[in-house]
Amino acid sequence: MAKIKNVGILGAGKVGIVLAQLALAAGYNVRISGSGSVQKIALTIETLVPGATPATNQGVVSKSDLVILAIPLSRYKNIKPKLLKGKLVIDAMNYWWETDGIREEVLDPSSTSSEQVQNYFNKSTVVKTFNHMGYHNLQEEARPVGAENRKALFVTGDNKEAVDEIAAFVDTMGFDTVVHYNLADGIMTEPGSELFGASLTKPDLQNVIDHFDETEFGKKIKAGKSA
Amino acid sequence: MVDVDKLQFGLETFGDIVSAEDGTLLTAGQSIRQIVKEGELADKLGVDVIGVGEHHRPDYSVSSPEIVLGAIASVTKQIKLATAVTVLSSDDPVRVYERFATLEGLSGGRAQVMLGRGSFTESFPLFGYDLTDYDDLFNEKLEMYSQLIKEKPITWHGKFTQSLKDQDVYPKTDYDGIETYIGIGGSPESIIRTAKYGYKVILAIIGGQADRFVPYLDLYKKAAGQFGMPVYPVAVHSHGFIADDEDEAVEVAWKNIKANFDRIGLTRGWAPMSREQFDGETKVGSFYVGNPEHVA
Repeated sequence: MAKIKNVGILGAGKVGIVLAQLALAAGYNVRISGSGSVQKIALTIETLVPGATPATNQGVVSKSDLVILAIPLSRYKNIKPKLLKGKLVIDAMNYWWETDGIREEVLDPSSTSSEQVQNYFNKSTVVKTFNHMGYHNLQEEARPVGAENRKALFVTGDNKEAVDEIAAFVDTMGFDTVVHYNLADGIMTEPGSELFGASLTKPDLQNVIDHFDETEFGKKIKAGKSA
Repeated sequence: MVDVDKLQFGLETFGDIVSAEDGTLLTAGQSIRQIVKEGELADKLGVDVIGVGEHHRPDYSVSSPEIVLGAIASVTKQIKLATAVTVLSSDDPVRVYERFATLEGLSGGRAQVMLGRGSFTESFPLFGYDLTDYDDLFNEKLEMYSQLIKEKPITWHGKFTQSLKDQDVYPKTDYDGIETYIGIGGSPESIIRTAKYGYKVILAIIGGQADRFVPYLDLYKKAAGQFGMPVYPVAVHSHGFIADDEDEAVEVAWKNIKANFDRIGLTRGWAPMSREQFDGETKVGSFYVGNPEHVA
């Protein structure tokens, strides 16, 4: 795959803004869209992420090597699968009942949110990351390679090449990575898990991931699967 | 530099049902009476504002903050009386106006309303609203509220609200109208909306470094400029605990703030607070914990 130069972000809320800031600081060209018109987010982008370009969803996607979904999970179906066809996509979303409403209405309980996002955007390659650290931690904890106490993010997806490429991208954004090649493992970092909202170094993150089945949440997920 | 004389200092509570020294929980009634005493003391000590939140949960005692504020109004002279926040999305804007206009009258012009979308969501099913209408509810009710506080008859066609024809609302206020803040958790859209209505901003900063919000203040100023609205001083809401002794303050806060975050985290799915997180928040983050010197 071509080297990532242009990063597109769908969603100009808390997470979208922070990711835009990090991507800009890392030297990428950044385009970002919000739920309303371009004009509606122009002032926000000009002030909070000077240097990033506000655009429509179409404008963001067409010029980007990588598209980050940073919208509430309940709204991903507002984006047509065709729009993201052939794209490398980061799913930074989670099922979060506080903003998304009751699970059954948003999400089929029999699989994970990222699997459903992948099924919906079936002509795109979905990798899950940036979902488990709080947005202000993302902003404050981004550090250069090798920095002391650098924090790590979990990166997972079914396509090995894509996952490796995204892991390299996450590294440029300021974080170490722990990598899995299984999109369904995204559940390990969803709300309710030990990792949701936690900022850990790579060894600590690796440790929790490796022992996921022994965590309270892991046991619950396992019991749910075998039930 | 900040002009310290212009700073205002306020206290806010959600009316937590706290434990007595022997570990037993106070009753809701005891907790509510406690808030009134705290308001009275704060007024005597010269604290500028007391804010009382609205919740509908077993762990907080206040679901009707204006009643508590009314009681505080009757035993205080200076202190401003605020809600923190009033969940407008699941309330009736007409009743919000009426309750605050009443509080304004009772207190001689000391009522402050803080409107918010609420970070807890239990009020939605309780009052028959659908959480998926979260944004639309707030937008419509804020618009209706903004017309009501002009204190002139209004004509209104609502989707989530009642329609009104040339309807006036009472009581009228004696002073400059009801002082209105909007509580903001970090959404840029909320900043712009607040600037558009010419209301005041209160930022809820419950984690991380407060200075990351500096660009949000620029956004507020620029947006107010575009809408031709005034720019007001901005308020900040954060956790705090102050005691004479630094170590005592830190330990009491650690125990209580952790318990509070972890309890809420259980239902929201976030991980328990670590000591490292807590120490980071008290040193450079947004927990204002320590002796008076340190916190100041």
